[in-house]
Formats: sequence, C-alpha cells, structure tokens
Amino acid sequence: MRLVLEKRAEHSAKMALLSPIIALALTVVVGGVIFALRGLDPVEALYVYFIEPLTQDWARQQLIVKAAPLVLIGAGLAVAYSANVWNIGAEGQFILGALLAGMVPVYFTSWQTPDAMVAMILLGVIGGMAWAMAPAVLKTRFGANDILSSLMLVYVAQFLFDWLVRGPWRDPQGFNFPKTVNFDGWQLLPRWGDIHLGALFALIAALALFLMMTRMLKGFELKVLGAAPRAGRFAGFSGARAVIFCFLLSGGLAGLAGASDVMGLSGQLQTPYSPGYGFVAIIVAFLGRLNPVGVIIAGLLLALSFIGGENVQVALGISDKIAKVFQGILLFFLLACDTMILYRIRLETSRQAAARAGG
Amino acid sequence: MDYLLEALHVTKLFGALKANDDVTLRVKPGEIHAFLGENGAGKSTLVKMIYGALQPSAGEFRWMGRRVAIPSPAAARKLGIGMVFQHFSLFEALTVAENIALAMPGPFDMKALSARIASVSREYGLPLEPSAVVADLSVGERQRIEIVRCLLQEPRLLIMDEPTAVLTPQEADQLFVTLTRLAGEGCAVIYISHRLEEVKRLCHNATILRHGKVVANVDPAEETAASLARLMVGGDIHVVRAVAPDAGGAVRLALSGLELEADGPFAVALKDISLEVRAGEVVAVAGVAGNGQAEFFDAVSGERRLADDAMIALDGRPVGRSGVNARRKAGAAFVPEERLGHGAVPGFTLSQNVVLTRHACDPQLARGGFVNREAATGIAARVSKAFDVRKAKPDPEARSLSGGNLQKFVVGRELDRRPGVLVVNQPTWGVDAGASATIRQAIVDLARQGSAVLVISQDLDEIFEIADRIAVISRGQLSDAYPAASLSAERIGLLMAGAHERRESAHAARA
Repeated sequence: MRLVLEKRAEHSAKMALLSPIIALALTVVVGGVIFALRGLDPVEALYVYFIEPLTQDWARQQLIVKAAPLVLIGAGLAVAYSANVWNIGAEGQFILGALLAGMVPVYFTSWQTPDAMVAMILLGVIGGMAWAMAPAVLKTRFGANDILSSLMLVYVAQFLFDWLVRGPWRDPQGFNFPKTVNFDGWQLLPRWGDIHLGALFALIAALALFLMMTRMLKGFELKVLGAAPRAGRFAGFSGARAVIFCFLLSGGLAGLAGASDVMGLSGQLQTPYSPGYGFVAIIVAFLGRLNPVGVIIAGLLLALSFIGGENVQVALGISDKIAKVFQGILLFFLLACDTMILYRIRLETSRQAAARAGG
Repeated sequence: MDYLLEALHVTKLFGALKANDDVTLRVKPGEIHAFLGENGAGKSTLVKMIYGALQPSAGEFRWMGRRVAIPSPAAARKLGIGMVFQHFSLFEALTVAENIALAMPGPFDMKALSARIASVSREYGLPLEPSAVVADLSVGERQRIEIVRCLLQEPRLLIMDEPTAVLTPQEADQLFVTLTRLAGEGCAVIYISHRLEEVKRLCHNATILRHGKVVANVDPAEETAASLARLMVGGDIHVVRAVAPDAGGAVRLALSGLELEADGPFAVALKDISLEVRAGEVVAVAGVAGNGQAEFFDAVSGERRLADDAMIALDGRPVGRSGVNARRKAGAAFVPEERLGHGAVPGFTLSQNVVLTRHACDPQLARGGFVNREAATGIAARVSKAFDVRKAKPDPEARSLSGGNLQKFVVGRELDRRPGVLVVNQPTWGVDAGASATIRQAIVDLARQGSAVLVISQDLDEIFEIADRIAVISRGQLSDAYPAASLSAERIGLLMAGAHERRESAHAARA
C-alpha cells in the first residue's frame, strides 16, 4: 500500500486563483492551533496578529514600508520564475544594493547634492545586477544550476556586508557599534510620514512588469521559454539571453530595494541587517501567482505577517520569530495546494503497482 | 528440436489500434532471430510483451514448451530473458561496476562483481574496464555495459533493440562476433534492425512484420536485401500520380555540403548533404526514424546554426549561419514534427501561437515591442477558417485541439504567409485521414503556385502521394533525389537500409 501522485488531465484555472486563499485559510487555522498550544486564546492571538495592525495608522504606514521591498523584489522574481529562471538569491542582491548605495555616504560623506541620491539609487541597482550576473553567467556558460549558485552567493553577500560594516566601513565616531556613518540630507530618500520613495518605485515596477508580461513581445518571449523551451527556440528566442535578462532584472530590482531600504528607513548600514526580504519575496512571487499585480497584494499580506509578528511580541509576549513560522507554513500550504491542482493523491495497493509497472 | 520461446496468436490492442495482430512465431535455442519491419510495424510492441513490459490482449507465450505469463520485466529476467534497449539507462557519474551492481539482485560485493565483469567481458570479447566512469565512455562502450549487465544474469534469450543504430561499423563488427559466440553457446538472440545487410550476415531466421501482422518468416541467408526490403515495405505501395511539374523552375532552396556534428550520444551527425528544391516541386526525404531527420530539420530551419553560410541558400541567398527568424524573413517557413511543445506552446491560445512563429516576419504583429493581439486573433481566425480547424471556443488553448486539428492549424499558420520555401517534418504524423488529405492537398497546392516544398516523412504512402522527387536519409547521409515515378518500393527499401551510404573504405580511398 502506498500513496501515489497521479497527474490530473485537467488543470482548473479557478483553483489556481483560489489556491492562495485556501493556503492562507489553512495557515490561519494552523496558526491558531500553534497559539492554542502556547496556552493563548487563538481567536485573540490571531486578531492581534492579523487585524489589529490594520486598525492603527502607524501600523498601516509600516505595512507599506515593509511591503515596498517585498513587492520590488517579488515582481522581478515573478518575471524570472515565469521564464523558468530560478533566482533564489535575491537576498544577496538586496544586500549588495544596500552596500553599494552605502558606499557614497561612507566615502563621500559631504556629497550633499541631489545627484548623490540618484547615484546611490543607481549604484544599488548596479550592485544587485552584478551579484545576479554571477549565477546567470555560470548557468549560460557552464550549465551550473542557478538555484544553487544564486542561493550560495547570498551567504557570500552576508559575510561581505558583515566584514565591511564591522571593519573598513565602521563609523569612527560610532562608539564601536558595527554600523556606518549616518546618511544625511540628499543621501536619504524623501519621506511622507514613515513611507518613503521606495513604495513608489515598487508600485511603478510592478505595473511596468505587468504591462511587459501581458502586452509586450519581451514578456511573450519569457513566457514561451518558461512554458516550452523547444518552442521558444523555434520562435527564434534565445534561452541564454532570457536567463541573463531575468537575472539582471530581478537582481537589479532587488538591488534597488536594498538601496531604497537603507536610504529611506535605517539611514545607515548596520549589522545584523536584513530581515530576510529576499527570501520572503519568493513566497510573495508565488502567492501573487507570478503576476506582478498579484505580487502587490501578496507583498502587503507578507508585510502584515512581519508587523503581526512584532505586534504579538509586544502584546502577548511571544517571540517575533513567529512571523517566520507563519511565512513558512504559508509557503508550505501554497505549494501543497498548487501540487493538488496538478496532481491527485491515490492509494495504491501493491497489486495495482505491479499492474501499472507491467502495463 | 524444442523451441525456447513461442508466441501463439498474440494480439495487442491500444484502444482501437492493433499494434500486434495474431502474431505467431517460434525461437529456437542458439538462434539469432531477426524482427524486421518499418516503423510502427509492431516490432517494439512485440518485444516489450516478451520482456514483460506490456501484456498481450489475447494469445499466449510459451517458454520451453510451458505456457507462461510474463507480468513484469523482473519476471522476464527470472525466466532468463535479458534485453538491451536502444537508449541506455546508465548513471554517468558512476563507474561501470557500480552501474552493473545497481541492476544485480542481492547484496553489493564490488570486488567480486568487478572480477566477474572482467572475466565475462574478456570471455565474450567485450573489453570493459570495471572502474571506468561511464561519462568518459563512448556509446559503443556504454552498450557493452548493458550487454555485460544482461550476460551476468546468464540469459537464455537476449533481446537487442537496434543495437547497431548507435555504433560505428567497427563496433558493430565486434558486436556480431559476440552475438555469434553467444548463439554458439545456446543463447537465443532476438535482433531488431532495419539494416538488411546486417541481418543477412548475422541472423539465422527472420520474422517480418507489417502493420502488426507477421507477413513472412524466412531464412535471411537465402534472401537478397532487395527481397527483404520488398517484404518489409510491401508490394502494395501505389505509385499514383506522375504529374511532373516543369523541371525548369528556379532553385529556391539549395543545400550544399551541409554538415552538422551530433550534439549528444544518441544524436546523428549530418554528413555532406546536398539537395536542390526548385520552384513548383515537392521533394520528400524518406527514411527510417532516427537516421538524422530531426537534426536535418533543425539544420534547415536554423534552430541549429551551421558552420558555413554557403551550406544553405534561400533563393540564392546564403543563410547557413542565420537563425530561424532570419530565414523566415528570407521567405522560408517551417513546420516541425512535434506539434505540442515545439510547433506550438500547449498552454497558449491559438492567437498567441500565431505570434510564436510570425512575430519577426509579420511587422504588424509586434510593433514597438508590443504584441498586437487583434492582428494575431485575426490571423488565427483566418487560418482556422481556411483550414477548417474545429474548436470549441473562438481562441482555445493549443492543447485542447485534437491532433489533426492542431496540425491543420500549425501547417495553416505557415501557409497563410505564402512562403517561398516550406520545410515540413512529418506533416501528417498521427493525424486522421480527413485532416491528412487537407494538409497534403495544401502542401501540393503551395508548390504548384511556385513555392519549393521539402517534406521529411517516414510514411511512404504519403511520400508517393505528394512528392515529385524523393531522397532517402540514412545514418545522416542523404541519397540523390530521384523522380518519384522512377522509384520502386524495393529501391526505396534498399536506400533506407543504407545502400547509398559511403563506406568507411570509400572515404579512406578518397582521402
């Protein structure tokens, strides 16, 4: 007796859209069980986690601040994943974006004209692209697996960041804290309350990529190569060029997210730094159905999971690591639901197995 | 003498299709028994049943006179039946001995196993180094691993599925020595091949299949290659039409000295292919599957670029190094063999699939980087109407269409451009009779309007129906193109079996 995954003949388009909602519902249920096991009232805890942040103005602003990098990165990843290009290293590209943007305040502290801001943003994009270029070249030239090489470069980026911020880039007047000088003036992004320019970047990027994927030949090319590489070659599209394009695009957006985040939020490089936006954005891309507009909604939802985590820590005294648990459970259920769209589970006796092997 | 294996009135149905129809045959111990037949004649189905991978719908097998069921390959191996497949299943990162150990029952004892491999390979003239890593081995050496793997289980019947298709002539000679030796020891061999000379040389007995039925059982030594070919292809090929077009049309597609290296162990290299297709004519490339047709299509379409621009010319313009879209812009159109996943994206709508092959040569479809959906929908509707593509929705996904309807769409999408040169691989493979007739008619009509058409096909009926001239491809070499009316079925059978191939010695003499 064993479980067998059997391919479904028909894939329901309705279920493909419903799947994230089902996954979310299951996550809430399991989340309630986890709270109950910790001896908390699950209804109250879930309220504190998911609803309360939405009732307060500062939390709503935080939601947008946290969603901005998730949407920026997630929209780029959605495009890459549609083309079957697996950039798992957005976290590293995000860090490199922050680092390269931070170079300006560290080395040119007194550069205080508007072009400093533009330069920092561009450097952030370049940093993310450069970091993403490595797995792209390794894949197209040597056939190296893009999942592994892009993921492993995340750790290199983290150590590079750590070394720079603790070492050569440390603020001499910083009382030995592992941080750089504070960014100042034109080295910061304009803000409205807590919300900074990064939110606008995210919105523009998501809408532009939506346009590209639905209306433009480039998006058509990427979708063909993702769905049927052989047909893509027949259409005269180059798989290698698409890999490089997708890595540059998603890496550049991750770098932009990193630059905007340090320039709009922290105003300095400090370690430990990233809350893992680059990895959470992978969930965002899938939850948004690899659709850049869907990514906006998914990005807000995952931002809520971060804020909810902080909120339960404050209100109920459990670790904000609970946010990671919720994010993991959500991805698990989402992938499970998606699998059930493509396959059905069947119990198979050993006799049937033999018959299938024979026939 | 007692028979080792008997198949009695074996029938295998796939839906309504009779892959094997009342097949009866007998194999003696120590006999090398050839199964001959065209593609789709039912050879593979028959050996899969003998090897336990398929079950007969009716009829029975007897093993040494006793009625047996062979429910699985494991059961077949237990009886003493081994099979060497055309495509090997080896782990490239493992050594020879490790690969063999994986297939052996019982616990691993690498040392003892390596010693046995060495002794068996020496005994049968199959040189193999047990500690060599498979990735470093040639195709011939890999095949030896598969053979040794079977021999270690001391089979009484060995099935070889087109073993020489991937071998050099020297490797093939070596293999024949081994098989003869095995037969001498009483092991029976079932030998599937299209190469008639080989069969004549090696086999004691040949069963010839056509359309799933046994049409003859002969002693190949007493037949000629020509008579075997006639039996295989059948005398019933009708040479119908001989409406010769004007021979004076301009050359629209010219291949000269086209060469392409094999890009994998199972790929075929193309050698010195030359062919001219003139305006107004249909030229067909016949041949048994796997003789380089796929590579030939890729080379002509530009999906694989060639080393030299002069190898292909479209209307006199060299395009060998250009890609597929440049060749389309030069007036060519292509229809690949695989409809789903190559000619069309399964999950895309028909209008999106119009964009797939026409975005570069139809300026109205993609302007300023944007796709013009209205134009694409319009073309899809026009093609569907012209070719009677039956569909449930105005613009359905490609995969929802039946094979025949999708093929009509894929062919129609290209014909709609009125291309000057059309290259089609297997235009009616797996397509119902009605759609086939529509497609063949459209192809001939296009040629009569002044285009040059090159059809690659394994269907001789189709070739004789539409082609003005016929060339045959075998192991990556193309014969001259002969007027269809001048070719007999026998001659084609011989060409398919490689009669036009230049021998290695001939090459050496030239050099």
